[in-house]
Amino acid sequence: MKAIEIAEKVSSGEISARSVVEQHIEIINDIEPDVNAFNLVTAEKALIDADEIDSKIASGETLGPLAGVPISVKDNLCTRGVETTCSSKILEGWKPPYDATVIEKLKEAGAIIIGKTNLDEFAMGSSTENSAFGPTRNPHNLERVPGGSSGGSAAAVAAGFSPLALGSDTGGSIRQPAALCGVVGVKPTYGRVSRYGLVAFASSLDQVGPFANTVSDAALALEVISGHDPRDSTSIPEKPLDISGVLDDGVRGMRIGVIEELSGKGLGGISQDVLSRVEEAIKVLSNAGADVESASVPASVYGLSAYYVIAPAEASSNLARYDGIRFGPRTEAATTAETMTATRTKGFGDEVKRRIMLGTYALSAGYYDAYYGKSQRVRTLIMNDFAKAYEKFDILISPTAPTTAFPLGDKTADPMQMYLQDVCTIPSNLAGHPAMSVPFGSGADGMPVGIQILAPAMAEREMFQAAKILESESGNGIE
Amino acid sequence: MARLAQLELGEDELDAFTSQLAAVLDHAADLEALNVDDIEPSTHPFPLKNVLRIDDPGEGFNIEEVLEGAPKVEERQFRVPPILGDAS
Repeated sequence: MKAIEIAEKVSSGEISARSVVEQHIEIINDIEPDVNAFNLVTAEKALIDADEIDSKIASGETLGPLAGVPISVKDNLCTRGVETTCSSKILEGWKPPYDATVIEKLKEAGAIIIGKTNLDEFAMGSSTENSAFGPTRNPHNLERVPGGSSGGSAAAVAAGFSPLALGSDTGGSIRQPAALCGVVGVKPTYGRVSRYGLVAFASSLDQVGPFANTVSDAALALEVISGHDPRDSTSIPEKPLDISGVLDDGVRGMRIGVIEELSGKGLGGISQDVLSRVEEAIKVLSNAGADVESASVPASVYGLSAYYVIAPAEASSNLARYDGIRFGPRTEAATTAETMTATRTKGFGDEVKRRIMLGTYALSAGYYDAYYGKSQRVRTLIMNDFAKAYEKFDILISPTAPTTAFPLGDKTADPMQMYLQDVCTIPSNLAGHPAMSVPFGSGADGMPVGIQILAPAMAEREMFQAAKILESESGNGIE
Repeated sequence: MARLAQLELGEDELDAFTSQLAAVLDHAADLEALNVDDIEPSTHPFPLKNVLRIDDPGEGFNIEEVLEGAPKVEERQFRVPPILGDAS
């Protein structure tokens, strides 16, 4: 059932929140052992929360827009008193003393948190294989990855564990797993959703966003979590989004550009299956009255290189706090300095170590200008090229991921091959722009393909209107 | 680099990481050809400005809850091994 229907039926008393939660727990009990979407299922607490919702309904209280809707949240979002690990041994067992702002907002809206989802350790990866607690598997084919880093959240929605999930997106970590699992995934404008309580990976790129089976459910979830937060200094001082009111307005007269550099004409490695779906999406949007043309964002091809300097640089700084002193387990040694090194060496996995070292190198004296300084200038170049493109177009489209879901173990030995998964999604993070993935058919292997819709800062509404049109023609969004 | 990042690596790990990191830096070499000297660097998607608020003390974290997450605690403080000199 869609989140919107659950909320309506729970609010009207037609069904109880408890029965909704019980149904989802049953699905989790059946399928989760195969999928491993969760680090923790909070079934008991979810039932208590459901009873509380039901008693409020019984006493005539008006509830929020997500009343009784189960939601899974990525395990890098702080939940007060509930273990938050980032899928890392270095935070195993840690229970935050506070809720992230998005968690507070979900609770106020009546949503029920059903579990904490698996991720690549500290959100570093594109397959959820970098988790210290074992990989998540793609519900469409258990031999394939769900994408990453929010693979657990994408898989939870695709498997029917919850109609909604939250993830975080630093270089594509919501959109790429959404594409690979056949669900909707949204990265909002940077600053649209509070980062307070999101464990920081690369602070100038990180953004929280929703997963859903349908575009309208994703819109509702984004409305709930968006809005200004005084506890996040980068939070944009705007009211929460209103998307639902314009969701069905269509794309008639909308100018849509297809980014040629990301659609086969610049970067190699985009599969024919994926390019064919993009061609079909162009037809669907044209038939719906949009003016679709080829668009150029020349510097987008440099996004990947700039990102793999900037993100590790920020990460090497953000992750300095994990030293076994104030939180998480400690590996005791003779001195404090040795204790810190021992704790970090034992606590971090290989990918996190790689990125910390890469970032440390990029920021070190003598290499700073060549790598970090240059990448920051390329970041400006990408922003400028987007600005030029948006003089001619209202929104842009491209593939979300270069391929469909790949087999487990396929890319783990070669980090660079894994990084290439994010080639189409990274430019939006560098620019701070919103972008989303909508499921749109499948490849020859039967695995889902996603179309990425990109928009200028603050233009989520236009992005969702186009997503709704694609959804209506893709056969998705029915369940 | 590992020492700077407070990590300890074995010989095998050093070899593997060195070649993997070299591959990433090789990829970043495509930036070298770009002339961006006239372009301002961006540290952030949007211009950052200091955000100030009225100095109105609100509720902070519950200290007991914070300490519960720490590996070692003594008299409501974080307990650490010796900082100076050798351990005794």
